Amino acid sequence: MKTIQIYDPPMCCSTGLCGNDIDPALVSFAALLTQLSQKGVKVERFNLGQQPMAFVQNPTVKALLDKEGVDALPLIFVDGQMHLKGRYLTDTERETLSHAALGEGAEVAS
Amino acid sequence: MKLPLYRPDAANTTRYLFFTGKGGVGKTSLSCATALKLAESGRRVLLVSTDPASNLDEVLETTLTNQPKPIAGAPGLHALNINPVEAAAAYRERLIGPMRGLLPEAALRSMEEQLSGSCTVEIAAFDEFSGLIGNPETTKEYDHIIFDTAPTGHTLRLMSLAKAWDQFLDKNTSGTSCLGPLAGLEKQRAIYEGTVKTLADASATTLVLVSRPQLAALHEAERTSGELRALGVGNQQLVINGMFETKCPEDVTSQAMQRRSLAALESAKEFIGSLPSFIVPLRPINILGLGGLRVLLDGDDEVTCAPKLATEWTPPDMESLEALVADIERQGSGVVMTMGKGGVGKTTVAAAIAVMLAQRGHAVHLSTTDPAAHVAQTLAGQVNGLTLSKIDPSVETAAYQDEVLRTQGAQMDAAGRALLEEDLRSPCTEEIAVFRAFAREVGNGTDRFVVLDTAPTGHTLLLLDASEAYNRELQRQSRSTQPEAVMRLLERLRDPAFTRILLVTLPEATPVHEAAALQEDLRRAHIEPFAWVINQSLLHSGSCDPLLQRREEAEHRYLREVVEKQSTRTAWLPWQPDEPTGPDALARLAESNLLTPSSL
Repeated sequence: MKTIQIYDPPMCCSTGLCGNDIDPALVSFAALLTQLSQKGVKVERFNLGQQPMAFVQNPTVKALLDKEGVDALPLIFVDGQMHLKGRYLTDTERETLSHAALGEGAEVAS
Repeated sequence: MKLPLYRPDAANTTRYLFFTGKGGVGKTSLSCATALKLAESGRRVLLVSTDPASNLDEVLETTLTNQPKPIAGAPGLHALNINPVEAAAAYRERLIGPMRGLLPEAALRSMEEQLSGSCTVEIAAFDEFSGLIGNPETTKEYDHIIFDTAPTGHTLRLMSLAKAWDQFLDKNTSGTSCLGPLAGLEKQRAIYEGTVKTLADASATTLVLVSRPQLAALHEAERTSGELRALGVGNQQLVINGMFETKCPEDVTSQAMQRRSLAALESAKEFIGSLPSFIVPLRPINILGLGGLRVLLDGDDEVTCAPKLATEWTPPDMESLEALVADIERQGSGVVMTMGKGGVGKTTVAAAIAVMLAQRGHAVHLSTTDPAAHVAQTLAGQVNGLTLSKIDPSVETAAYQDEVLRTQGAQMDAAGRALLEEDLRSPCTEEIAVFRAFAREVGNGTDRFVVLDTAPTGHTLLLLDASEAYNRELQRQSRSTQPEAVMRLLERLRDPAFTRILLVTLPEATPVHEAAALQEDLRRAHIEPFAWVINQSLLHSGSCDPLLQRREEAEHRYLREVVEKQSTRTAWLPWQPDEPTGPDALARLAESNLLTPSSL
């Protein structure tokens, strides 16, 4: 089974609740990850505000942070390969990601 | 309504006592006085304070640390002070410190800002004192442990959810929640569970709700009472601090003060009757030293009516509110915000400014969060050019919670939903909900004056700053949910020609310190307040009541502190015998100045 890793910018809640608005991209992304993990995909999510060590220990993430700063976040990896940089997924991209994570043919409602 | 005096006695006092209430109601003084009283009746007492701007060292005449220290002159009494701001800073440092040199400076800064919220401060402090409650070993040599604060309902519920943590933190696919700050803490879950249990045990714990004889403070106490009772903290008492009974029946100021106290009690009589309630009479403001603490509960020598003291004191340079308005109006339009803690008179000051601007021929919109809408209501249709609207925090919050649960909650399992619902009860939620309403109103300030009695905290503004880059990205994708008003908000607030922020305070220790902290927050967001407003000053009240005279004298150091240390401009408003409502009373208030207090 595949592994998805997400390196989020620092935030205190997944919904953007503690920010200035609910971010629908974040909300649907969180829902997608829940579904994928229920289907056996290994999902690892790291928040710079709470698990900074994870950012240091991944050389790709560390290099991008050094070069581009926090603007490089979020970073999404599938099986160690960078999938997306600097933003969350659009509707079509969510579909692409779930295909990549589950293998072609599997459907995940987004 | 005749209530008994608050007289704690050892025989009827539980092992744990928590004092809770709004800033400035006298939690710290009362908890100290109670601790002293119990110690003097032969008990071994540990006093735990979490006052960030503590003058506890002064009160107890001892330099406190975060370890119990004996109090000289009070055998049996030990005290310690946990500074919640320092506790939060230490917590932040535990997370950020090891990252220095490993992560770029910008990443460290953004981590730091995320960990500067009020949740982090509250939870870090609660973690420190959980050890004292949840783990009886640490306090076994004391009969009573007295806290000058109590956890909020939000913190307590998070603690009660401890069982769900494992699952939540392990899975963690939905990111983080308010549990995030808890995850980084050192103490064990068992201690939190022990803490929650002890708090709910009526034979072990008493919650003392401290209030003032004021409507807003009594409502706040009632709200806290209901929330904590629902969580099982059922052994509650109410102490109304600062009841005033005049010794000068012929004096207008003291008469009015007495009348107001009694009226506030009368309108909250149902709540007061629902639990054991006590009063503490108003004392001269400086409760210092062990002697002062004894005075708080036991009273002073009988003082008699005296003519006005001839004070030599010259007040520092302060303006009238009208003088500030004259300056504000030059811009022709823009936003004026009054900021400060609850109960300092933000709405009154905002309304007075709005009335003045409208009377000078400007188009003005006044938006208030005033829950009773008293002040604003009396202005409806009374002043040409003045329009009114209301931001109701509970309505805005409910709409926001509803929206989140509809969009996010539907896709979650029961455990996830429970945690999301708890996130939604966090103090952040109301802040954000009000913030969105606020952004709407600020956007209207381009062609007129918009006066607001509410404002987001510095923390919210910084989070907004952090998310700006991201918002721009969303907008590029035409997916932004942010109206233009929100997108441009920070820029507008930072523009001193567009936005004028007035920090409102009372001339007392806690409100001044809280306003100073607010100013720091704003400065971190690169926003500079325009002026400070000192409200309800007794200076020049001309009262012959000895108690009020001494309180007037006690104001001096806080007036000086504001003018000399905190503000560049300061407006001064006198205490009003009657709540200023209606355009005339508000205009008179704004015109008052130090030399000719027109209201008296």
